[in-house]
Amino acid sequence: MVFKHRSILPGFGLALGYTVFYLCLIVLIPLAAMFLKASALTWHQFWHVVASPRAVASYRLSFGASLIAALINLVFGVLVAWVLVRYDFPGKRLFDSVVDLPFALPTAVAGIALTTIYAPNGLLGGPLLSIGIRAAYTPLGVTIALTFIGLPFVVRTVQPVLEDLDKEFEEAAASLGAGRWRTFTRVLLPTILPAAITGFAMAFGRAVGEYGSVIFIAGNMPMKTEITPLLIITKLQEYDYTGATAIAVAMLVASFVFLLVINLLQVWSGSRRSAGSVKDFGPLNADLRPAWEKGGSE
Amino acid sequence: MGEGRQRVRRPVFAARRPVMAGSAVSSIRIAPSAGYVATKATTEPALVRWLLIAAALLFLGIFLFVPLGVVFVTALEKGVAFYFQTFRDPDTLAAIRLTLLAAGIAVPLNMVFGVAAAWVIGKFEFRGKGILITLIDLPFSVSPVVSGLIYVLLFGLQGLLGPWLIAHGIRIIFAVPGIVLATIFVTFPFVARELLPMIQAQGNEEEEAALTLGASGWQTFLRVTLPNVKWALLYGVILCNARAMGEFGAVSVVSGHIRGLTDTMPLHIEILYNDYQFVSAFAVASLLALLALMTLVVKSVVEWKSGQQLKQQILADGEEKP
Repeated sequence: MVFKHRSILPGFGLALGYTVFYLCLIVLIPLAAMFLKASALTWHQFWHVVASPRAVASYRLSFGASLIAALINLVFGVLVAWVLVRYDFPGKRLFDSVVDLPFALPTAVAGIALTTIYAPNGLLGGPLLSIGIRAAYTPLGVTIALTFIGLPFVVRTVQPVLEDLDKEFEEAAASLGAGRWRTFTRVLLPTILPAAITGFAMAFGRAVGEYGSVIFIAGNMPMKTEITPLLIITKLQEYDYTGATAIAVAMLVASFVFLLVINLLQVWSGSRRSAGSVKDFGPLNADLRPAWEKGGSE
Repeated sequence: MGEGRQRVRRPVFAARRPVMAGSAVSSIRIAPSAGYVATKATTEPALVRWLLIAAALLFLGIFLFVPLGVVFVTALEKGVAFYFQTFRDPDTLAAIRLTLLAAGIAVPLNMVFGVAAAWVIGKFEFRGKGILITLIDLPFSVSPVVSGLIYVLLFGLQGLLGPWLIAHGIRIIFAVPGIVLATIFVTFPFVARELLPMIQAQGNEEEEAALTLGASGWQTFLRVTLPNVKWALLYGVILCNARAMGEFGAVSVVSGHIRGLTDTMPLHIEILYNDYQFVSAFAVASLLALLALMTLVVKSVVEWKSGQQLKQQILADGEEKP
């Protein structure tokens, strides 16, 4: 029962002390304050706000659009990761580095740009409208914005797994007579699935809480195109602090459950992959192996 | 099919065996120059390959390149003169100043925290490490709006500390301190998250050697640890800065939107956009988009540099123990 293993490196106490102090000051105490505020509500009050029709409509939109966006990103993320790892084409490095754009581009910038593109007179909104599809100011617009926000997650979780993958398995499958499609579904897909699902969960989690990129394109009609984070802001602007707190707590509990799921998924995919870990948010390309060890690409 | 006899021996892929085995064998014979002997058996037909590439690039093009292009094209729609006109507006300048101030406070604070956290998590084994990592990641999974709300509930008029703050004449919410706090919260994990894998990958051996040779703790940290992780630190700081300058949701909740006083650049974009001053909105947005592009460039350079560094280390290790 030792708290810390012996090490001759200095600074453990100072660094840990500062880390915990700063963490409490910035994150834990303010979060606790919100739960304290929420605990002043009776269960009946809490439920009245959280289960009101307007709130439920906002959950349906937030979670539904996030789910669809994350599914789109799951499919295209695996595709993009595959193409970037396996094939050579002009501009590959450019496309690879631009994948991280949604991490770096401020959400408000993304919001006004996407709205301009998908507005009825916009670059893509016009053609879409001519075939009868309204994009901006509808749930479809919300889904488009959330797809943009979640785009890098699946690509960046699947990419290192594909790079690490030994070609021998595919060669074995081919020599045993499997076609490419069969090799993909039976050999490759099971290997990348844990990472892909982790990326999917991260994209979904990010999308549910997203605000900046959505509010411009959503139209923000109560009951129709109002996302949950916007509902919190609306309540705050009406000085309804209890209402805002109740919905925020409900959302926060949902995100904690999600965090737990993501962690479990990472443990799962970690146990499936012996070396390395699934990459997390907006990070360096975790694959730091020298180029000569990276088979296939370059 | 006449496959009955073979199916007994190779039940899994027997049905497709004649076709595929043929092509795999022939590829082994005809593709000796391609590095991998069996290249053709582990890649797709050219048509499929190009279709997949086209689909992936179309997806990236529509979702990434078109929005990026629209920002710059719309910003310059009324000419270069009008573009620069936007930046003469005092409210715009005030927004830029406030954004620089908030990032200037938030980024150094989170950098110090990130280094301390990465040091303690990466270099030591102790109980509760997993929980600490999860707590550090927490701000990632909190909606930006909720991030702002928690400070309103703590420091706002009806907040827990609200009455005390009013009595002492201190304003945090709807003022600059609130904006700084919200920015710190949202960008809290970035530096720690970028540094941690690098610090862990370095191991403790070099630091232990330095200490054994008589270096002090600070000397060891500044001369041994920091040079080893400087690229990851740089990228963490740049990413943290990009997010600090671009944060919208959390800042929007605590700002109060007072023009010229509590408006940051992203909030100013919203105000201009809702005022139908689209070109000006995109002009301000183009600055933030440039910042994002710079961040991506730095990321590419850092990836390349740290890759080089690791390659040298592997080479050096190889010489030590042949």
